[in-house]
Amino acid sequence: MAPVRLSVLEPLLWAAGAVALAVVPFALSTFQVVQITVFLIFCLLAVSLDLSWGLAGLLSFGQAAFFGLGGYAYAILCANDETPGVALAAGTVAGGVAAGLLGYIAFYGRLSTMFLAVTTLVVTLILLQVLGSTADPSYHVGAAVLGGYNGMTNIPPLLHEPTPFFWTAGGLLFLVIVSGRLLMAAPFGRILAAIRENERRVELLGYDVRGHKLAIFALSGAIAGLAGALFASWGGFINPEVFSLAQSAQVVIWVLVGGRGSLYGAAIGALLVQAMTQYLGYIGTAYTTLVLGALLVSFVLMMPNGLLPTFLRGLSSIGIRQR
Amino acid sequence: MEYLVVTLIGVIFAIASLVLLALGLAIIYGMMGVINLAQGEFIMLGAYTVVLSSAHGLDLWVGMALAPVVVGLVGLLVERCIVRFLYGRLLDTMLATWGLSLCLIAAVTLILGPSTEGVATPFGHVAIGGYVVSTYNLFVIAATGFLVALTWGLFNRTRFGLIARGAMQNADMVAVLGIHPPTIYMITFALGSALAGLAGAIMAPLTGVVPSLGLAFVAKVFITVTVGGAAIFSGTLGAGTLLGAIESAVSFVSTPIYGQVAMLGSALVVLRFAPQGISGLWRRSD
Amino acid sequence: MHVSRREVLRDGAAAGFGMSASMLLGRQAKAADDIAVGSILDATGPINIYGLPMIDATKFAVDAINQSGGVLGRKLRLIEADCQSNNQVYAQNALKLILDDKVSVLMGGITSASREAVRPVVDKYSAAYFYNEQYEGGVCDKLVFCTGVTPAQQLGVLVPWAAKQHGKKFYTLAADYNYGHISADWVKVYLKAAGGELSGEEFIPLDVVNFDSVIQRLQSAKPDVIMSLLVGGNHIAFYRQFAAAGLKEKMAIVSATFGLGNEQVVLKPQEAEGIVVIYPYFQELDNAVNKDWVAAWRKRFGANYTYVTDSACTVWNGWHLWAMAVNKANSLDRDKVIAALETGLTFDSPEGTIRLDPKSHHVVHSVHLAKVNNKNGFSIMESFANVEPSDTMKVCDLTANPNEHKQYTPKF
Repeated sequence: MAPVRLSVLEPLLWAAGAVALAVVPFALSTFQVVQITVFLIFCLLAVSLDLSWGLAGLLSFGQAAFFGLGGYAYAILCANDETPGVALAAGTVAGGVAAGLLGYIAFYGRLSTMFLAVTTLVVTLILLQVLGSTADPSYHVGAAVLGGYNGMTNIPPLLHEPTPFFWTAGGLLFLVIVSGRLLMAAPFGRILAAIRENERRVELLGYDVRGHKLAIFALSGAIAGLAGALFASWGGFINPEVFSLAQSAQVVIWVLVGGRGSLYGAAIGALLVQAMTQYLGYIGTAYTTLVLGALLVSFVLMMPNGLLPTFLRGLSSIGIRQR
Repeated sequence: MEYLVVTLIGVIFAIASLVLLALGLAIIYGMMGVINLAQGEFIMLGAYTVVLSSAHGLDLWVGMALAPVVVGLVGLLVERCIVRFLYGRLLDTMLATWGLSLCLIAAVTLILGPSTEGVATPFGHVAIGGYVVSTYNLFVIAATGFLVALTWGLFNRTRFGLIARGAMQNADMVAVLGIHPPTIYMITFALGSALAGLAGAIMAPLTGVVPSLGLAFVAKVFITVTVGGAAIFSGTLGAGTLLGAIESAVSFVSTPIYGQVAMLGSALVVLRFAPQGISGLWRRSD
Repeated sequence: MHVSRREVLRDGAAAGFGMSASMLLGRQAKAADDIAVGSILDATGPINIYGLPMIDATKFAVDAINQSGGVLGRKLRLIEADCQSNNQVYAQNALKLILDDKVSVLMGGITSASREAVRPVVDKYSAAYFYNEQYEGGVCDKLVFCTGVTPAQQLGVLVPWAAKQHGKKFYTLAADYNYGHISADWVKVYLKAAGGELSGEEFIPLDVVNFDSVIQRLQSAKPDVIMSLLVGGNHIAFYRQFAAAGLKEKMAIVSATFGLGNEQVVLKPQEAEGIVVIYPYFQELDNAVNKDWVAAWRKRFGANYTYVTDSACTVWNGWHLWAMAVNKANSLDRDKVIAALETGLTFDSPEGTIRLDPKSHHVVHSVHLAKVNNKNGFSIMESFANVEPSDTMKVCDLTANPNEHKQYTPKF
């Protein structure tokens, strides 16, 4: 995959996206606004993985862990009477610090990519065990009782009204995608892309490979933490289920379905899979997981590069040029 | 004294069951680099084969003999229809087999319902001093040893094994020599599935057989195989011994919670110092 | 890889058609004046062991209410969603049913974690919510009604009975999550009151299947009674391995959780026979209401239905209590219905007569002691009427404090 050059069309796309985000809530019912808000939060989580994986080639099953830590940080601070804005920032920092720590051990210890994946998975499962064991009221951080598997509930939201919160989540997603795309076209992003392609060569050229990897991994962790804090604010609850194998795999599935490397693909994948999951459950039969599983399998067989690349390639073959 | 003996048997049993469950995935992963996230469901299907054959009046051991055949056939089908197209694409196989796992659990629940009568543990128990140990646990230990030896013999002492290992190291060369690598992969995948089915069959008299049985095992098995690394037998045995021993020893000394955390923690430590897994310690990575 | 124009158009058309067709399918026929009611449960995922009978009971209850004239003369239109054993899907479906479908009442949730994911939605949009499942007690929320049995109602009877029957030395095995911890604490309270001693207490993670170490410690401790609070498909392994070690004759097992997940069906009779449990409802209850109820259930869902669980009866109770309240209030207005629910309603349930306690929003149950028989079922031993949910009643008074929206955890 060649490094990104932003086409002329892209800023137009951004402008259109910004307008859409601003205007769309007025055309939708309250439910739809709230519903799409959580999809936007998941898109943010997927984009965080794409930054680390699609751009830098660092597959991590730990995005769910950083997401969960961000959510818990938000919940704990809010329960200790901190303002939600500060709690949101704390969630972001929590995700970033955790990722930084894990990244430091991984990259400065020269773990291979495959084992970064397993290590992040193992850490996530450890968090699941540990937080699941906190059912006793004696497990608390200040005034915040951790609650074990029940988790924490009635968490104060960042904003009470659905539409401003929609704008906040959507705005943050927009900011992250735009900055991410700019990053990809900037020297920092190009170095990361080169590291993804051939790490040794980049090292021989004199760049600080480990520092770059650590930076992008910490950044992706921070974004995942931000998404987690937003999620805790959205739902008013956070529980250890976010640290499960299923949730960790889910983030990877979103990026695989949408196509990795473009950031847009990850967002589209998250939106599609979550909307499908939600919809299948709502029509409420006993076939939900059967259909979801079958869809995933057919997807991999028929559209292996993910939705967006296949779609774009299809567009160019129909004759719509990309530039 | 007898407490130590019983604890030791318990630890060896834990190691044996982990190795038994992981062996199928180790072969599939070691030979073809496929991460089969539906491995837990193959184990579940093997357990259900025993349960269903018992319900129809067949002897427990007939059921256990049937399980690898049934699940091997399922594995063959899966390989032909799905996995065959995804060799070399590690993450795509993960995604596809994850979807397959969802389908299999749903299918079993829809067809059989969530609660089916299982099979009791055979053989009774044996007294060691003031303690009793279920004799079946000893059977599992023996069966695992036998199976590992049998599979090792298959891969290292037969012509098939030689060809399979050759295909693993250099598929093109094997093709040049006139053997069709995809056929080898197909047989190996079916073999790995059959082993999972047999593992499930052996575990069926020990636990409640429900459609979500595989979910309890998949994470542990996955971690064992990756900690073991590329060497199928020495790696899996090494990882199984280390992780199984730590989990059960800590469980015996304190509680199962700490056992689980200790196992996960030691997996992390091993990966930190041996990024290619345990087998990387005594084999060059290629 | 070259994708041809034809392929893209074909795939795109197929996807688009599929999506729009499936969106149309979801629509149900709406009659002019029917009342939308919502149910969120797990039809898929590991929790469906509990969920599937509850889903059947929901349909059964709503149809029964409709057949006897509906509510306020109008029929109920049930909207169900499958939450796939996923808490975040619970929250989303709760939102959809409350905001979009505008249901008059929402019922559902199975695990406490799922209930705690639904409660913020219910509280924010002020919807009435019934949680119809056994749980650890303590929820004190003006909008929420918990109809399931709580630890005080089970353990308050079971522990003294077992201490008298089998001996005073207890060993607790509890699933390592909130319900297990809180119930284990209540065991200690009731055991002390009965003059017993706790020789050991262990918490087992939900995905453990190897109970060797536990069984070995049990053999060292030699308790008279093993109090099992184990939950889930994986924990069934304990009973199997315990029987395999030949320990069934040496230590008695009593449980407040055995049977919820049809453990007595999954285990063979010789492994489970004799385990003593306590619930408000058993399929084998010998009263007139239950006999008719089970017969009607079997007629609807098949004569070979695995087992009609306690959760199924709890769901039935929940729907009927709500329907009674709406009829009594003569209105669908949420505050009026809640006020009607707080008038001490009684209902002739298949388990016996139940009463909805106004202050705690919990149900006063009849509980029955039973033991596992050799036919994958239970034999009733003794019945206790009017057992109050004292654990929640002690801390929760919603008529005095109507603005509460929390869950209390007991401090001992």
